[in-house]
Amino acid sequence: MALSNEQIERYSRHIILKEVGAKGQKKLLNAKVLIIGAGGLGAPAAMYLAAAGVGTIGIVDADEVDLSNLQRQIIHTTQDVGKAKVQSAKETMNALNPDVTVHTYREFVDSSNIMELIEPYDFIIDGTDNFPAKFLINDACVLAKKPFSHAGIIRFQGQLMTYVPGKGPCYRCVFENPPPKDSVPTCKQAGVIGAMGGVIGSLQAMEAVKYIIGKGELLTGSLLTYDALTMTFRKIKLPQHVANCAVCGDHPTILKPIDYEQAECDGLGLTD
Amino acid sequence: MAEFHITDTVDITDVVCPVTFVKAKVALEELDDGEILSIRMNDGEPVQNVPRSIKEEGHQILKLIDNGDGTYHLIVRKVEDEE
Repeated sequence: MALSNEQIERYSRHIILKEVGAKGQKKLLNAKVLIIGAGGLGAPAAMYLAAAGVGTIGIVDADEVDLSNLQRQIIHTTQDVGKAKVQSAKETMNALNPDVTVHTYREFVDSSNIMELIEPYDFIIDGTDNFPAKFLINDACVLAKKPFSHAGIIRFQGQLMTYVPGKGPCYRCVFENPPPKDSVPTCKQAGVIGAMGGVIGSLQAMEAVKYIIGKGELLTGSLLTYDALTMTFRKIKLPQHVANCAVCGDHPTILKPIDYEQAECDGLGLTD
Repeated sequence: MAEFHITDTVDITDVVCPVTFVKAKVALEELDDGEILSIRMNDGEPVQNVPRSIKEEGHQILKLIDNGDGTYHLIVRKVEDEE
């Protein structure tokens, strides 16, 4: 399918890049990305991916827009308060770029729906705010052999890594199990700088774009951390293979997605 | 232009920088290695920048023909990049 004149103009700053070109732009237009969580991370990721012309974007979130979300969740506006987050996100993405087909899933992810949700997609973005969801998404992506971007944000700190099947460790290789209940505050309790979601969520969108166009190096086998107060990025090298990982090791014990107990209120989140 | 076997033509006189180059680049991507594209462009900024950008992409400039009416035809041979 040839690009229309309007598409050539819309995506001109992409097409001009040697690494993208019309070929890469067509890959983006044909790509399907699922964003789990329409919050601090999911909002900027969804907006950049929609703007980039990722042809099919799925967005999963059961919540409604709350006034306290607007300090960081830039896909929603004051008028959207009370509206389903997935609906608000869809409206913003459609307004940004009519090339994008947005599928909304107004639900929380758990072991009963995760495999079905990720199945049609090429790349998954974890923009959730709690550890049970993060381990669930990791395990499901490992089991279904789907690449995904993990990220977490809290206060002035953020981190992300990318999993690609066969190309390095998974999230569970590194973090093993969720931390004990209430040992880590949620970002509701701890706070987070709004722009942190912008920085880390945009990096997740960047990883998705690079994966789709097949250029550059991904954060597979490394964890990137960002400390805004000291303005330090660190790229931590991870072991290439963890033999005793419960989901992707040599003798996996996790053979289907599992639900960890959700903490009171909104979970054990490292993030948002 | 009879000395070249032109596979396709594109007119970029109706757009401005950087869409001039982008349109030419998209037309080149549609061609196979060794095929020839004729690009009609305006004098001034396009004729100064588009040939250079196309060369930087690795394609071969065969000829620039002055049409004498403020437009040019740039004849380019597509060079497929190694992947």
